[in-house]
Amino acid sequence: MAQNNIVEFNHVQKSYDGETLVVKDLNLHVERGEFLTLLGPSGSGKTTVLMMLAGFEVPTHGEILLNGTPINNVPPHKRGIGMVFQNYALFPHMTVAENLRFPLEVRKMSRADADKKVQRALDMVRLGNFGNRRPAQLSGGQQQRIAVARALVFDPELVLMDEPLGALDKNLREEMQFEIKHIHESLGVSVVYVTHDQSEALTMSNRIAVFEEGVIQQLAAPDQLYEEPRNAFVAYFIGENNRLRGRVKNVNGTSCTVELENQGGTVEALNINTGGQGSDTTLSLRPERVSVNPDANAVPNVFDARVEELIYLGDHIRTRVSVCGNDEFVIKIPNAQGHATIKKGENVRIGWAMEDCRALDA
Amino acid sequence: MAQAELTANAMTTADGTPLKVSLRRAMRRNKLIAFGLTAPLLLFILISFLMPIFDMAMRSVDNAAVPEAIPRTVQALEAWDGEGMPPDAAFAAMAADLKEGQKTRTIGQAATRLNYQESGMRSLIMKSARRIGQYEAPWKAALIDIDDDWEDPAVWKLIKRQSGAFTAAYYLNALDYTYNEEGEVVEQPEYRQIYQMLFVRTLWMSALITGLCLLLGFPVSYLLATLPARHSNLLMILVLLPFWTSLLVRTTSWIVMLQTEGVLNDILVWIGLISDDGRMQMIYNKIGTIVAMTQILLPFMILPLYSVMRGISPSYMRAARSLGANPLVAFWRVYVPQTVPGMGAGGILVFILAIGYYITPALVGGQSGQLISNYIAYHMQQSLNWGLAAAIGTILLGGVLVLYLIYNRIVGIDNMKLG
Ligand SMILES: Nc1ncnc2c1ncn2[C@@H]1O[C@H](COP(=O)(O)OP(=O)(O)O)[C@@H](O)[C@H]1O
Ligand SMILES: [Mg+2]
Repeated sequence: MAQNNIVEFNHVQKSYDGETLVVKDLNLHVERGEFLTLLGPSGSGKTTVLMMLAGFEVPTHGEILLNGTPINNVPPHKRGIGMVFQNYALFPHMTVAENLRFPLEVRKMSRADADKKVQRALDMVRLGNFGNRRPAQLSGGQQQRIAVARALVFDPELVLMDEPLGALDKNLREEMQFEIKHIHESLGVSVVYVTHDQSEALTMSNRIAVFEEGVIQQLAAPDQLYEEPRNAFVAYFIGENNRLRGRVKNVNGTSCTVELENQGGTVEALNINTGGQGSDTTLSLRPERVSVNPDANAVPNVFDARVEELIYLGDHIRTRVSVCGNDEFVIKIPNAQGHATIKKGENVRIGWAMEDCRALDA
Repeated sequence: MAQAELTANAMTTADGTPLKVSLRRAMRRNKLIAFGLTAPLLLFILISFLMPIFDMAMRSVDNAAVPEAIPRTVQALEAWDGEGMPPDAAFAAMAADLKEGQKTRTIGQAATRLNYQESGMRSLIMKSARRIGQYEAPWKAALIDIDDDWEDPAVWKLIKRQSGAFTAAYYLNALDYTYNEEGEVVEQPEYRQIYQMLFVRTLWMSALITGLCLLLGFPVSYLLATLPARHSNLLMILVLLPFWTSLLVRTTSWIVMLQTEGVLNDILVWIGLISDDGRMQMIYNKIGTIVAMTQILLPFMILPLYSVMRGISPSYMRAARSLGANPLVAFWRVYVPQTVPGMGAGGILVFILAIGYYITPALVGGQSGQLISNYIAYHMQQSLNWGLAAAIGTILLGGVLVLYLIYNRIVGIDNMKLG
């Protein structure tokens, strides 16, 4: 197919036990130079997809293409794919430099060339002076950087990373996210990255594939994924999200009217993924898109709400209200000049635009 | 100046005691408790382990039996320069010692002790002790009348040489050396040399057994560590099964397997690989010892290896493969080096056990498959030459300690993992 795809999965299925499919009919392509993230809860089959790509697991059905050629029968060491493991898998009996030289040695590169490349890779991750240390003498973040350098030192076109930052603390993780992102941009390699952390996925990726139970729920760029989730799972998994349940009363073009359960009232929403008139639906609404005491007639959806809880978070105030029979409804009030001041127990009016409220599957 | 500042700045607790002092005070209680808890074990080790070793080391040089049994002779020979015949006083002293020793029955030990040095000494002394009562002075003539060996200066030289409280004779003996008549250290006559050969045999056979255990144990440990739990548990039971079977049963079952009319030979004859008259001698020789001991010591190699291998995450091999190494290279360069601590632990365990192994070679070793410990046992139980047994044992212990130090120097004992 397209020349521009480095990897293609065609109808790939995987079962470990012959009873359940861990990956169900996967169709996915990775563009050359792209940073693609597989995002999903634990057990959704992300690692399995990566392992099939690396060659450590065999697809039960379907075909994987690397640079347009099927690789189902190519052993891992001939695929030339770099890989970063969650526990780094740095060889403990070798020094850092020996670790990095390993892929070059097995490729029979001359010692002088290899040493040059090793030094360049170490400099790239800003650990140029650490070549003689053993992995055990490095901190977690340094080991992580060495693992990245080792996966890149033999100039692979494609690098796989399976939750590489999972073991790091929050600050270090964020720092490493940017570092990996920069390395990706400066080298132009393609990266397939696995994580269960949605903010990590949003930060780093060109595109994100959201996995659930072996199926890609949505594959899109981060902003699109956040702004326009296609179904309730994606809306729930990416970012924070208010969910209101109801039934579609009538559909008019791209919008619809939804009758909320428990006599919660009616809401005007975008008709994205409903079964049409009379079907059950979940309304998805981002907390930052709800306004407090909106101007009359500015928005179609306005309700009376009772303030249950206020949490001061510095840049915004997280407010939990009960509205439309739902007391888990969250509003983010930005801490901007002249923002609405409300108190716990007060009754306020809240409202939102039709465009910000998406009617999805039940 | 600097000194004063340092003391001034020394940390103190809230009530002004220096921090170090109060820390030490706080730690002392913990130390006392820890010591109290380990004291019974320390005592046990001291009584059951260290004291026997000390006693053994003492026995290997102890020579008190001679000066205690014939004190007058020892004194009389002190002045003798070892040239020609000893003075008449020595004969008189010997006669008195023999009479006394015959009465108190202490002479036998000394006679046995001297017999180790020169066979015939025991009968000479015991005979003289029995008959000296019937004689009168002059004692020189009397002793020579009992046995003309007393005319031989070599006998007296031997007694003079062995009259100290300590002796190196057992160690010399254990290494196939002895004193000649002039009191110089010389090699034993060839027909009496045995221990050097035995030490060498024990070492190479133990090394061979260790090597075989590693060769056979490595794949088993690898399977144990990598198979799914269901299969590896079964395999583990098979590995541990021998521990639940008596050592004697296991050893004798090898006799059933390997003897000339045994299972293995029968099978070989049956499939026509050897003729009925060509049955192989596989037991009561070195082969028997090596086969049986390898099987018996195998678990001591497998268990430490297994515990090390289990700790090696499969992601190392995957990483190596993804970096471009084929399975063999990945195994050899990434997996095997990480098992070295297990090989070291298993190797040193098997080797040390093998070097001191006794029952199996005794049962299946025949003559050529005996190891040094069989001779220690022989001298403990049959010849009752405990001094020689102790000397051989001490040399063996010293050898093991030296090996241990070498191992520590090369591999580092901290790298050894037993579990
Ligand atoms: N080697 C394996 N053998 C059997 N089942 C496995 C194996 N690896 C993963 N699974 C199962 O496959 C499912 C997906 O696992 P995985 O791909 O590791 O998910 P993720 O990486 O998204 O957490 C899980 O239910 C897991 O139990
Ligand atoms: Mg995973």
